Amino acid sequence: MDATYEYLVWLLPAAAEWPSWLVVATITALPALACFMFMSLGPLIYVYAERKVSAFMQDRIGPNRVGPIGLLQTLADTIKLLFKEAIFPKKVDKKLFVIAPILVNVGAFMPFLVIPWGGRLQPADLNVGVFYVVAIASLSTVGLIMAGWASNNKYSLFGAMRSAAQIVSYEIPAMMILLVPVMIVGSLSLQDITTAQHGGLPNWFLFRYFPLMPIAFLVFFVAGLAETNRAPFDIPEAESELVGGFHTEYSGFFFAMFFMAEYTEMFVISATATVLFLGGYLAPHPALQQIGSVPLGWFWMWFKAWSLVFVMMWLRWTLPRSRVDQLMHIAWKVLLPIALVLVVVVGGLVLWPSTAAGFPWDRWVGWPLTVIFVGSLLVVMLRAIAWSRRRTQELASPARQAVTP
Amino acid sequence: MKRWLEDVWEGFYTVLVGMRITWRHLFTAPVTLQYPTVKWPLPPKSRMRLFMKFEDCIGCGQCVRACPVNCISLKAEKRPADAPPIWAANGQPIKLHVAVFDIDMSLCCYCNLCTYPCPTNCIYMTPEYEFATSDLTQHLYRFAKKDAVFITEDPKKKAAAAAGPAGAPAALAAPPATPPAKPAGA
Repeated sequence: MDATYEYLVWLLPAAAEWPSWLVVATITALPALACFMFMSLGPLIYVYAERKVSAFMQDRIGPNRVGPIGLLQTLADTIKLLFKEAIFPKKVDKKLFVIAPILVNVGAFMPFLVIPWGGRLQPADLNVGVFYVVAIASLSTVGLIMAGWASNNKYSLFGAMRSAAQIVSYEIPAMMILLVPVMIVGSLSLQDITTAQHGGLPNWFLFRYFPLMPIAFLVFFVAGLAETNRAPFDIPEAESELVGGFHTEYSGFFFAMFFMAEYTEMFVISATATVLFLGGYLAPHPALQQIGSVPLGWFWMWFKAWSLVFVMMWLRWTLPRSRVDQLMHIAWKVLLPIALVLVVVVGGLVLWPSTAAGFPWDRWVGWPLTVIFVGSLLVVMLRAIAWSRRRTQELASPARQAVTP
Repeated sequence: MKRWLEDVWEGFYTVLVGMRITWRHLFTAPVTLQYPTVKWPLPPKSRMRLFMKFEDCIGCGQCVRACPVNCISLKAEKRPADAPPIWAANGQPIKLHVAVFDIDMSLCCYCNLCTYPCPTNCIYMTPEYEFATSDLTQHLYRFAKKDAVFITEDPKKKAAAAAGPAGAPAALAAPPATPPAKPAGA
């Protein structure tokens, strides 16, 4: 609250003269409003991006009819969903049926409270930040199970049960991995975790204790995928097996709420991973932290989280859905042992005086790895474009030429 | 332990291989053909909607007999003896008055069998395939016309006259290369 007050005074020096009730109202309402706008309008962009990315990955065009290059497609879909009738099937448990999507949304939206967008740009700097994110984000699973149970439909219940099994498997490695950056920093506050990584890209936790922390990041990312019910771990909604899983019976606005929650959760998990491993709102190089007097923290946070969201989409359109037993295998036999070993080893390294600040080679690893990663992506991209050009010319033979009437 | 590590590495590595493929496809050109605005060209002998040129029909009913699904209904009666003689475009005299010539395209199986026996080539398939309607009865095309203008002069004599002393047999009238977009009775 104090940090937000200082920020307000920095933004509006006149606020120092305001009566206390107005100040309190402002510093509580403004971040809430900003977060709400961000969260409720975000899915419009996520869904559009997802559809476009999936289309391009499948050599299609994607939505391109509503508005320029289909930009208004999700807006039109949202309006359609809002005006559609919310159908309550005959034997649903009405109270739970209504509460479930709300609960899912609460679980998806509440973590925004502690996500830092800049040194002071954070709705609330809770000293239990990481714990809070984990606890609140798990609420949405309760919502999913509630939805499945209230629907009074076998497919919904299957979806809910799968969701329960999934959360039990995945929360544990995810929580274990959360401990690793927390142990390094010695604080649960997301703000402290971010500031502990200052000094540019090589100081991010992703490149600390070199082979260890990248593995930790991968484990957390995979567990995060499962937590958001994204492919390849979207078995609770598995549309080819369970109709729609837990949201089979939902329609209209309630269905839209589930959708909104899913995409918001994607962003939340990505933002959490960003704060824990990718330096949160810190720029890759300290010189890029601000341009003139304009702080760019919010941009870097947004950019990194969005990159991770993109990777999630990328994975979704790459991998087929895993079976329930495969998911259990990955969670209990692969991720959990790795997470346990990492917690013990990194804990020991943090305690050991000569490695408390990382391995000696850590600062030489960050930039080369980033360059190799981005470079390989660029190489594949350029080769794909060249190949595509050649193929387009081949297809331009008269027999296959399209005609415009 | 070694086996486990190999499995984990293989899982990780194969995911990377898949991601490389999708990343490559992210930058390849889409293969979509945006149908209503752009269309594939049709092969020259495409069999789509049937069309019948009423002015050339002699009412022989061979197409009706050839049709395996009975989608053509024809009703013809003898022209009165005092009626002026008329001919089809290829010189066949029309001796029957065709009162009804209906083709139900909702029954048609596009087999093209009706076009082969036609002595005057007046029934044929057009490359027109966008004729979906909201009402099935609109697929019943009525080709019989009350105000049809027939050829009242024998085309064979006319062609012979036009060829003149050279005496070369005139080419028979072929069905038009580009049929009208919509049949008259639709």
